[in-house]
Amino acid sequence: MGFIRNLSSIHLDILKEIGNIGAGHAATALSKLLNKKIDMQVPHVKIVTFDEMMELSGGADHVVAAVFLRIEGEAPGSMFFVLPPEQATVFIKQMIGDEEFTFDQLAENEIATSALQELGNILSGSYLSSLSDFTGLALYPSVPALSVDMVGAIISYGLIELSQVSDYAIVIDTALNEDDVEISESVRGHFLLLPDPDSFHIIFESLGVRDNG
Amino acid sequence: MDEKVEIIKVGIADMNIVSAPNRIRTSGLGSCVGVVIYDQVKDIAGLVHIMLPDSSLSKAGTMNVAKFADTGVKELVKKLVQIGARPSFLKAKIAGGAQMFQFSNTSDMMRIGPRNVEAVKRELAELKIAIMAEDVGGNSGRTIEFCPKSKILHIRTVNKGTQEW
Repeated sequence: MGFIRNLSSIHLDILKEIGNIGAGHAATALSKLLNKKIDMQVPHVKIVTFDEMMELSGGADHVVAAVFLRIEGEAPGSMFFVLPPEQATVFIKQMIGDEEFTFDQLAENEIATSALQELGNILSGSYLSSLSDFTGLALYPSVPALSVDMVGAIISYGLIELSQVSDYAIVIDTALNEDDVEISESVRGHFLLLPDPDSFHIIFESLGVRDNG
Repeated sequence: MDEKVEIIKVGIADMNIVSAPNRIRTSGLGSCVGVVIYDQVKDIAGLVHIMLPDSSLSKAGTMNVAKFADTGVKELVKKLVQIGARPSFLKAKIAGGAQMFQFSNTSDMMRIGPRNVEAVKRELAELKIAIMAEDVGGNSGRTIEFCPKSKILHIRTVNKGTQEW
């Protein structure tokens, strides 16, 4: 847990800025893809227990569609793009042009699955490449994997590396949604970036801030 | 009839004990493994939600014993014995250990589900606790709930609904 105790408010601001830049680019990509205005919230950087981490996405039992990818390269980590079923359905409808589509059909509908995976691909790709430009670090995304399942089952995958070092996670959370739709907090799409424990000082150093500064 | 049934929740990398008529539950098991250990005759049981196979993986100063298969199972048995369970009457039911995402380059860490299951089984075998039911592997998340009176483990998945084990 040492690495978390050493974080100052400057470090948290840097992480917030990373969320801002990354999700900003992703929101632009999403807006172009759907030809719609996309609204982005100010990112939250939170230090949470694993259980609280599940609560951030609606609770361990809650069903979501999530795209997960591992970040490899100089600052490894995990990234999730988490969509509640309602929002995933809206996006899929727009992408495949089928107004009849319902979320239950996702498993049998190959085009819809592929569209959702591609959406996650494009968004996480633009998040990562902007992060890479900003820090000057070489970061490579793995091929994204899509899963529709319980939050607990999905998010715990991103905690494996972390859980060997700590009982807490530092999560950079940014919410996106369509601008003109009145939407409740629980149906927003979320980007969750979880750097591996050793990656924090690499990220800070790349931006000229010392670990213990 | 008006007995109030309480459901005791167990978080991730956490453990707890229950006695009838209450039930015990853990939600959203993916690669994690839920291990229920119960006394065959007395209506008491315990549940541990395990994240990692081996406490030697821990690089932290303070260790949460419930996180690891080797330390978690031992600690749960110890707690059960403390409240009156008898070691020779203990049985286990396990669920979880799924592989939620399929990657082409499956590193050891991505195979964590099967490794957790192997480690739990090894630990239970060492403590001579028989596994009465297991629903492990696959690629679905599971929410499990155990009733210490009926000894039934209810397992819910997104696609298959609730099943009894």
